Amino acid sequence: MSETLLHIERLALSLPEGGERLYAVENIDYHLDSGEILCVVGESGSGKSMTANAIMRLLPRGVNVAQGRALFAGRDLLRMSEEEHRALRGRHIGMIFQEPMTALNPLLRIGDQLAEVFEAHGLLSTGERRQRSLALLEEVRLPDPAAALRAYPFELSGGQRQRVMIAMALALEPQLLVADEPTTALDVTTQAQILGLIRDLQKRRGMAVMLITHDFGVVAEVADRVCVMREGRIVEMGTAAEVLDNPRDAYTRALIEAIPGDAVAPPREVADSVPLLSVTGLDKVYRTGGGWFKEKREVVALEGIAFSLGRGETIGVVGESGSGKSTLGRCLVGLNRPDSGEIRLDDVDLRALAGRELREHRRRIQMIFQDPYASLNPRTRVGMAIAQGPIANGVPRAQALARARELLATVGLEGSAAERFPHEFSGGQRQRIGIARALALDPELIIADEAVSALDVSIQAQILALLDRLKKELSLSLLFITHDLRVAAQICDRLIVMQKGQIVEQGSAEQVFNSPQHAYTRELLAAIPGRRRPAATPVVEEDQP
Amino acid sequence: MSFWHRFARNRGALLGVFILTFFILLALLAPFLYPDSPWRMVQRPFLAPGEVEGFPLGTDAMGRDVAAGLAHGAWVSLLVGLISTLAAMLIGVPLGALAGYFGGRVDDVLMRFTEFFQTIPNFALAIVLVAILQPSITTIILAIAIVSWPPVARLVRGEFLSLKQREYVEAARLVGQGHVAIIVRQILPNALSPVIVLASLMIATAILLESALSFMGLGDPDLMSWGYMIGAARTVMRQAWWLSVIPGVAILLTVLALNLVGDGLDDALNPQLARQR
Amino acid sequence: MLYLSLIAGRLGKAVLVLLAILVFNFFLIHAAPGDPALVMAGEAGSTDAEFIADLRERFGLDQPLPVQLWHYISGVLTLDFGYSYRQQMPVLDLILDRLPATLLLTGAAFIISLSLGVLAGALAAMRAGKPSGSLIMGLALLFYATPLYWVAMMSVLLFSVWLEWLPAYGFSTVGANYTGLAHVGDVALHLILPALTLGLFFMAIYTRMTRTSMLSVAQQDFVRTARAKGVAPGVIQRRHILRNALLPIITLAGLQAGQMVGGAVLTETVFAWPGIGRLMYDALMQRDYNLLLGVFFFSALLVIVFNMITDVIYRLADPRIRGAA
Repeated sequence: MSETLLHIERLALSLPEGGERLYAVENIDYHLDSGEILCVVGESGSGKSMTANAIMRLLPRGVNVAQGRALFAGRDLLRMSEEEHRALRGRHIGMIFQEPMTALNPLLRIGDQLAEVFEAHGLLSTGERRQRSLALLEEVRLPDPAAALRAYPFELSGGQRQRVMIAMALALEPQLLVADEPTTALDVTTQAQILGLIRDLQKRRGMAVMLITHDFGVVAEVADRVCVMREGRIVEMGTAAEVLDNPRDAYTRALIEAIPGDAVAPPREVADSVPLLSVTGLDKVYRTGGGWFKEKREVVALEGIAFSLGRGETIGVVGESGSGKSTLGRCLVGLNRPDSGEIRLDDVDLRALAGRELREHRRRIQMIFQDPYASLNPRTRVGMAIAQGPIANGVPRAQALARARELLATVGLEGSAAERFPHEFSGGQRQRIGIARALALDPELIIADEAVSALDVSIQAQILALLDRLKKELSLSLLFITHDLRVAAQICDRLIVMQKGQIVEQGSAEQVFNSPQHAYTRELLAAIPGRRRPAATPVVEEDQP
Repeated sequence: MSFWHRFARNRGALLGVFILTFFILLALLAPFLYPDSPWRMVQRPFLAPGEVEGFPLGTDAMGRDVAAGLAHGAWVSLLVGLISTLAAMLIGVPLGALAGYFGGRVDDVLMRFTEFFQTIPNFALAIVLVAILQPSITTIILAIAIVSWPPVARLVRGEFLSLKQREYVEAARLVGQGHVAIIVRQILPNALSPVIVLASLMIATAILLESALSFMGLGDPDLMSWGYMIGAARTVMRQAWWLSVIPGVAILLTVLALNLVGDGLDDALNPQLARQR
Repeated sequence: MLYLSLIAGRLGKAVLVLLAILVFNFFLIHAAPGDPALVMAGEAGSTDAEFIADLRERFGLDQPLPVQLWHYISGVLTLDFGYSYRQQMPVLDLILDRLPATLLLTGAAFIISLSLGVLAGALAAMRAGKPSGSLIMGLALLFYATPLYWVAMMSVLLFSVWLEWLPAYGFSTVGANYTGLAHVGDVALHLILPALTLGLFFMAIYTRMTRTSMLSVAQQDFVRTARAKGVAPGVIQRRHILRNALLPIITLAGLQAGQMVGGAVLTETVFAWPGIGRLMYDALMQRDYNLLLGVFFFSALLVIVFNMITDVIYRLADPRIRGAA
């Protein structure tokens, strides 16, 4: 059964001149047998997608094959004519992509886009194409396939669109499926379903799958074999069991260890039982349109939210996209205005304040944002970005700038960073700058909105450790908003689980993980990729960047 | 890569700078090269270019020196183009910024207002304005500014709409910066590059508009302009084709140069898009 | 039902815009230097004091501004756009008489510029980076930078004066009195130069826009999906890229309609084409303000109609908006 389907030999892809390195990938050697799932794992910039793009001829402009071969059933994919290659694409090799929201043509019906696969290879009559399309949509378990056939992409959810993409990639029963981060853009429960679907279909059809991912959880879930990449080179390769349980390479080990396991840290002593923040009956409805000629639409974002947060405590707010968790954070800092309810900070109702008083109290709650690239003004020097808050609050300029340098040291950067512009820093460093900015106003509560979601796992761990240290040193309270239960488990004392604008469960992190009460919480926990694997004990040190 | 390096890589843009420099010099030197009024009759009418020494571009139907007209016309064209574009920016940038930043009702009202001006046919509005307010360089500049600000407002609004949701702007709100500081210091500098590109293209459009108004007989009666020269040559096109060809080529080259410069600025200011060209 | 409310909304907006233009017109007349009665008397070719007083009373110029405004607007609502003393005819009759010629000219120019512009832009996008693609873009830039009226004059010089291929002026051959098909052919012959020169500038705009739009759509994920499916390059260009790239072109075409009506003033002036643009030029030359403002109002009306048509087309073309309506 294991006959080699794809053989990549000494592949090197050159980058355009003047870049950081000469090759996107080099010395790539691996093979893929029919009937197996190979996971190519790596962090951003590791070149993990490049090989797949090369064999699909989807390389970005400027990236070229420098040397090597990619033999598919004995023929070199890199050197055959475009016509020969096109005959293979879709028919013998299928591909699905990361972002299902944009991967389908918005102006064509789903049925037409499916039928196009058959049309492109001159197969079947129009009627037969339609029937096969219907059967395919049933196979990928889309609810109401007949309606989906007539639908336009915008009428389907992200998960449904990814199912359509899979149906399309599998339409002609290819021997090889290339899946580039197929679940990264999806919610955790949808992610589990899509992974399950890919594995089922692979087993049933006996095809080979090359799955590219950054997530060792996904690897643990589906991989037969694993190939770990770093900076364009393969650092380790082996069966899933070998690599996951006995990583030989130090980098692989670090990556695996950096995934927060699902073992919950022991409950910490909460120093102060007096609540710092207490929220009751918070409601928020988003209204769009309602102009003079527009229709009104209403989306309930928050409904009857109530909880309290003690001094020095860390609460994790967990939920999928659309659960209202970000809206909650934005209401607390004042970026959004709730419709009703109370937000009390030490017995002061923030919603009843205005003007100078409000500003004085707002200062006490600060935020760390998700996207390290969008959260700093590209035209403002880092020191100024940190000092702006104190200056706006009346601190003399020189004093504020001096303090900014101290804060940079606090978050583990050099003071000289203050003179530089944001684009000179990496994602993790920028996130440190964002933290320094939040600290500049001496807040008591910090709200971290998906603050590590955009970072690679190894960097994620460093930032989490930094937050943990700062919290203790400065006796801060932390509200940690995340979609990733694994991250929440690592840092939070208590957890709040949100679904459709409501809190469905709250309790100590230990309780929520070990004896979840609500069905939705159980579903979320079950969906964590790699959960069945015994967790590695997280040993994370806060490295200097 | 530096701004100038990226700009200079676009060879068309360099050509544009070259042509533009020529016309700017011509405009600035006009009072010294041709100190006399360009309206004065100096020679026999209908001299072909090169027919008589000292009149390299010939004379028109009234015996006026075409070269003098061309030089003085360059001044008018460039001046009107520049000032009317500045005026349009002064209307469009604040309106667009307010609409995009505050959104909601403010946006609704300001955008209805902008749409109104965008619906009215540009050139017809400019004609009506200049005709009724009486042709002069002031009314011409005013009319061109009034018909050309809406795209500026829309562009700036769009930039503000997207930039105000950037996290660094939200962070600035959180630390207590006021609206004015956020608009001027956080958003505006980041919204400026497309506005600069648009401005260079708008100068070109303004020059075309001015020449068309002058062609229709709505130029400033005291100032010689290229559009007027073409308009005056229309009735004698069969006898003296060069009278309409020469100023037409001048307009064409100036407008072309401004567009080339605009493309170059676009490449230099938006490097991620430059590769498509 | 939603379609109905949508159309009602559009119409409501159009009426508001037209009302605003009327108010604008009214105040513009009053902003004009000099006494309107004197201006009108001047138009009528009289300086007789009694006649001026009579005019003042007849047009209510002695009444307060709001009352005058009301008279003006209610006049227009009953299709009374005033009287042209120069032409000795009601303004409305003059305009309605000339409107068909303008519709023919702008309609022809619109179709020519849009179809050729999209075609050229699509070719330029597919040949991006090759000499043929650059040539198309160079020509587009050249046409974009050329004054419209000057192109018109140069084409008369070339095709009528020197080559003698096409008629230079007018709507039909004077004194020929063709009927039936011969008349249609004669008008078509006269239409070629005006429509082409008016369309050229807009063709350049659509060419540039189509190319930019196609190149940006080509970067999108669904194009990559189509490639991964093994769809042929030509089909990808047509079905996936061009179709999506056309959406912004439709919006642009609606916005450009206004410019085209403005451009018609110049083209009609050069070619003595008997439309409302030429009428505007005449009104300008004769300082016939009633007529000038009447033409201005109708040109705005034309633009609004153009905009509504493109709006409907956009809604039909984009299922996302169709679904939302």
